[in-house]
Amino acid sequence: MSIRHAMLALLSEGPKYGLQLREEFEARTGEVWPLNVGQVYTTLQRLERDHLVESDDEADPGPQKSFRITAGGAEELAGWLHTPPDLASPPRDELIIKILVAVRLPGADVHEIIQTHRRHLVELMQQWTRLKDEEGDLDLGLALVVDAELYRLDSVVRWLDTADGRLKRAAAEPPAPAREAAPQIRRRAGARR
Amino acid sequence: MTPVLELTGVSKTYLDGADEVHALREVDLTVEPGRMVAVMGPSGSGKSTLLTIAGALETPTTGGVRVAGQPLTAMSRDDRARLRRRAIGYVFQDFNLLPGLTAAENVALPLELDGQPAGKARAAGLRALAELGLTDRASRFPDQLSGGERQRVAIARAVVGDRRLLLADEPTGALDSASGEAVMRLILAACKSGVGAVVVTHDAQLASWADRVVFIRDGRLIDHTAPRPGPESLLPGPATR
Repeated sequence: MSIRHAMLALLSEGPKYGLQLREEFEARTGEVWPLNVGQVYTTLQRLERDHLVESDDEADPGPQKSFRITAGGAEELAGWLHTPPDLASPPRDELIIKILVAVRLPGADVHEIIQTHRRHLVELMQQWTRLKDEEGDLDLGLALVVDAELYRLDSVVRWLDTADGRLKRAAAEPPAPAREAAPQIRRRAGARR
Repeated sequence: MTPVLELTGVSKTYLDGADEVHALREVDLTVEPGRMVAVMGPSGSGKSTLLTIAGALETPTTGGVRVAGQPLTAMSRDDRARLRRRAIGYVFQDFNLLPGLTAAENVALPLELDGQPAGKARAAGLRALAELGLTDRASRFPDQLSGGERQRVAIARAVVGDRRLLLADEPTGALDSASGEAVMRLILAACKSGVGAVVVTHDAQLASWADRVVFIRDGRLIDHTAPRPGPESLLPGPATR
């Protein structure tokens, strides 16, 4: 979560005080990511140091100090919005690692372990869905966050379902005699380097 | 409160050539009025068989089924058919509306089949359509409706009259996510008015609308979700200020 760029986005609407920035940040992220005052002022100081925001020099530091975005800040914000986050390399996902370990661990019931995680994920999804149901018309920011969480958790459940099926089939089938494809892919990938 | 559905030790075995196929094994499931239960499992896990047995479309090999307190297994074929028409509504993935009937006629059909006078059945059908916001679609034929509207008509048909149990098989099927969510909200609304629902699905997003999710594998219910705290526990408290 880039607090720095969120602050720049809020300041692009006009000059604001630190406390105001905190309140508006929380409101627009559906209050899912709370911020403390210290984080807000540290971020603003760094933005000022990098000439991305300016403040009234005369005013004392603290609640009375008003900040505004600079031309450099606006440019930084536009660049950030268009820069894809790093999704190219797989994250070191704890759940994936647990399942990979369970597959190799003698005596571990991997299907039972998968079910434990599946149940937990579906329970979390029930909570997020209940939020949609009980809150009626959700604040737009929160509605977007809820959708994102439901899709994220759903993708993990789907992976568990797929893994469950793949492991079941692998246990039922005899091991494949020769594996030609994988080394070829590796060689080709190596050649590209 | 009498459960709308009680399955006790239900097993179903088919013969596939010389092989016995155990579609369901010793299934116990209770659905209270006003509750939605999702049965989640992969294809071939027995979830559709569970639904057809709960809906009195098939009989179990062993075990008992009660709908609204009445034991299906002890009933005559005619009594079972009557209970099926009066107390149980179905929603299928492909809507199953009759193409030659208008939306209103499709919704009124189960009541007419049950012997209600046509005028009375039609009035009840229009009421059910109105509750789902479909009044202006009442005289359209299924091919004049969008996928989402067709499924809403199917839900109106499933809840028309005095239905107690709503059974849905992948009810959001091929609908886009907004229409699918609208369908789940309607099923939930039916539950809030006192109907009990069973939704079978492989889709976790769909299942997460239910009060309880049970997991089915190889014909057995292997697990279920615990009652969860309210959604407020998802949102962090105010940060240290």
